[in-house]
Amino acid sequence: MLRVSNLSCSRGNKPLFADVSFELKAGQALHLEGDNGVGKTSLLRIICGLSPADAGEVCWHDKTIQQNATAFRSSLFYLGHGLSLKEELTALENLMSDAAVSGRSLSEPQALVALARMGLRGREYLPLRVMSQGQKRRTALARLLASQAPLWVLDEPFVALDAKAVDGLRGLLAEHVAHGGMALFTSHQPVTLTSSQGSSVNVQTYRLRGMA
Amino acid sequence: MSGGAFMAVLRRDLLLAMRRKSEVLTAVFFFVVVAALFPLGIGPELNTLRLVAPGVLWVGALLSSMLALQRLFEADYRDGTLEQMALSPTPMPLLISAKLLAHWLVSGVPLVLLAPVLGLQFDLSTDALLTLTLALLLGTPVLSLVGGIGAALTLGVRGGGVLLSLLVLPLFIPVLVFGAGAVEAQASGLGAQAHFSILMAMFLPAAFFSPFACAAALRIALE
Repeated sequence: MLRVSNLSCSRGNKPLFADVSFELKAGQALHLEGDNGVGKTSLLRIICGLSPADAGEVCWHDKTIQQNATAFRSSLFYLGHGLSLKEELTALENLMSDAAVSGRSLSEPQALVALARMGLRGREYLPLRVMSQGQKRRTALARLLASQAPLWVLDEPFVALDAKAVDGLRGLLAEHVAHGGMALFTSHQPVTLTSSQGSSVNVQTYRLRGMA
Repeated sequence: MSGGAFMAVLRRDLLLAMRRKSEVLTAVFFFVVVAALFPLGIGPELNTLRLVAPGVLWVGALLSSMLALQRLFEADYRDGTLEQMALSPTPMPLLISAKLLAHWLVSGVPLVLLAPVLGLQFDLSTDALLTLTLALLLGTPVLSLVGGIGAALTLGVRGGGVLLSLLVLPLFIPVLVFGAGAVEAQASGLGAQAHFSILMAMFLPAAFFSPFACAAALRIALE
């Protein structure tokens, strides 16, 4: 269970947000809304433990993520603005090395299946520099399929995807949540999650308000 | 599991170096050109050449490794790989040491291998060539390790390249003094044992502490 209590953050002298609190239990999805520049990315980075908060704390199973660092990091999947993909490597190589760095076991057939499910069949051995923006994002999202992490923190996952890929991603999120996973994501569009079986998953929204 | 992550980072960085050949070759080519130009500039006076050889080769190696340093964390910082490394359950210093090892294999080892060949132009004796190569073998890892701290500290800073040189070059001076001094000591009959011991004494603490220092600096850069 992820609990965020009374987080506040400022950039320079300018306060971004204060008193952000919410809880995310197993099997829940939270859509983080907010205008541009209100601090959605900063909030996600604080929740992941990449940046420090001015005040407040983030708890993972009742211990702060600093105390519980290894357990928290092995249950976290974070997709930021940087996709952490290497242009010179092929989609498959990117997936394999990424899984190893984040401590997940991934076999080559599993990786190929994940890429195929993201609609990248036949592109597995192409270096990323020849791929389009959308295909790169699909490669990054294929990591979701290969991840066994219960907590997904996704920063603008729907950007640069075509309608089919958006549907695929929504199905993926729904499936993850239905299996008891947690998802926290930002998006500027309203998001409904419907799994491939047709059952819809309830998405809570949290609206982040700026201080100014 | 930790070992797997270490090997994965090492393999990825080596693979990237293979695919971005021009970057690696620039630094190596720079070393070759600098070392090859000196005998032409100084003239065919063998005694002078023998005298300046260790210094020239060491300064060439030092500047060439400076060239490669700026790129050590730059690409990973920009594309978000560094964030993933910071969020990995594997301790970050371990992953950073894999990066430093890969950096040395790519930018240090070619210099060590090329040095004896280039040393021939300076009419160095076999003994002197052997000493020079050994000194570089001990000294170039220190350049990568200490330089890595500088690269991590100046990451994301505008004009970081100049700052990196100012920060790191003074720290390279002891390596230069004892590295080049080893050949001289060998030639004068004193033996290079003491110099090797001092280079080793610089290498060991650097190998132990540098990954921790780099990881701490990188976490600050990521904030």
